[in-house]
Amino acid sequence: MQLFKSAVGRKILMAITGQLMVLFVIVHLLGNSSIFIGPNGINAYAEHLHSLGPLVWVFRLAMLAFVLVHAIYGIQVSIENSTANSAKYAINTKLKRNFASENMIWTGVLLIIFIIGHISHFTLRITPDVAAFAGQVPGNVFGMVTTSFSNGIIAFVYVVAMLVLCLHLFHGIQSFFQTMGWNSDKSLPVISQVGRVLAVVFLVGYSSIPLFILAGIIK
Amino acid sequence: MSDHKTMTLTLNVWRQKGPNDPGKFETYTAKGITEHHSFLEMIDVVNEDLIKSGKEPIVFDHDCREGICGMCSQVINGVPHGGQERTTVCQLHMRKFKDGDTIFIEPWRATAFPIIKDLVVDRSAYDTIIQAGGYTSCHTGGVPDGNALLIPKPDADYAMDAAECIGCGACAAACPNSSAMLFTSAKVAQLAALPQGKPEAAKRVTAMVDAMKECGFGNCSNHYECQAACPKGINVKFIAKLNREYLKAQFK
Repeated sequence: MQLFKSAVGRKILMAITGQLMVLFVIVHLLGNSSIFIGPNGINAYAEHLHSLGPLVWVFRLAMLAFVLVHAIYGIQVSIENSTANSAKYAINTKLKRNFASENMIWTGVLLIIFIIGHISHFTLRITPDVAAFAGQVPGNVFGMVTTSFSNGIIAFVYVVAMLVLCLHLFHGIQSFFQTMGWNSDKSLPVISQVGRVLAVVFLVGYSSIPLFILAGIIK
Repeated sequence: MSDHKTMTLTLNVWRQKGPNDPGKFETYTAKGITEHHSFLEMIDVVNEDLIKSGKEPIVFDHDCREGICGMCSQVINGVPHGGQERTTVCQLHMRKFKDGDTIFIEPWRATAFPIIKDLVVDRSAYDTIIQAGGYTSCHTGGVPDGNALLIPKPDADYAMDAAECIGCGACAAACPNSSAMLFTSAKVAQLAALPQGKPEAAKRVTAMVDAMKECGFGNCSNHYECQAACPKGINVKFIAKLNREYLKAQFK
């Protein structure tokens, strides 16, 4: 089918999978924020998620499919783009593009590395900082997160990853609406601004947890 | 004697003998330039000096020099057409520059636009895209009655805004992915907005998008450099329109 091969079709698939992942990012942030309620909040939330049983696996496989479709087409399209634009100008003048829009492939690659690390860390619990929590499903999530983020280096890496996510979505959210054709010349600037604000909200929201733990506010 | 003050400029111009020549920048001095010279006239002055001194003049594309034909194609200091809003190189005047300025002049750079010589590139890839679907198949015959085919004014205006494209190639030249989406979308949107274009809308959009890829243009990643560089100010809303038309075509 041409949808899977053409210049526009592949971008539509990337846009849809990308946006489904943004929905996940929103829900995940709301879930994480239950840590501010205290141990009972996030532990009860984790308990509730795990009680969904096979649905958890349906969800995980769907997310894996979204990541794969988004990443494979992203890499393919980026390679084609650099072939199409092999000779560069001596003077590089930027009119509208910005650091975020130009580095989507690299922020994307970094995010995949982060996702693998993040799952090994808090889901599989194979990293030494959370060794005490390995094998408990889901167990004391509050204890695991606070123990882990009390380490400044782990907290720092996490915040940097959230900065990368923010950069990716700084361009990505408005890009979704353009690729789906769900905008006009009047709505595009508004959608761009809302998308950028949302990207910053994710950065602040996600980063607040390790920072609050480091500051000793959550303990 | 003219009372105009003249400028002296340093030009770094891309010189390339032919498609297979690696090419390089050459530096020239443009003397006796007034603020009333257009950019192309400034190069004409430099070329006359080059010819007098027995050197080969700078080869560049131009035709109407009125800003409507879309032939001129130079990247000036990294911006196609030089960066003055809605202005082609031929309508860019030297009053935009200062005495002593150094200017870089390069050809469009995109794999799908191979360089023929110096600043001249082969833009027939755009013709290939148009041939793939940028037309309406209509039966010829008697002249239709006036107003037999009613087109609402907003639709006509929308189509005219898209039809302003002069096919110069600045959009693909400005695009970091060398994508031809703005050009392609302008034609798709123009024809999709009009009753004459609607019957073939689905076939047109898929064929033109495929032709774009086959010509070697990249994929749009929504940087919007194209709109900023476009001498006719073609809006990226037409790219969104193309995307909508493309999605619609999947259900035909």
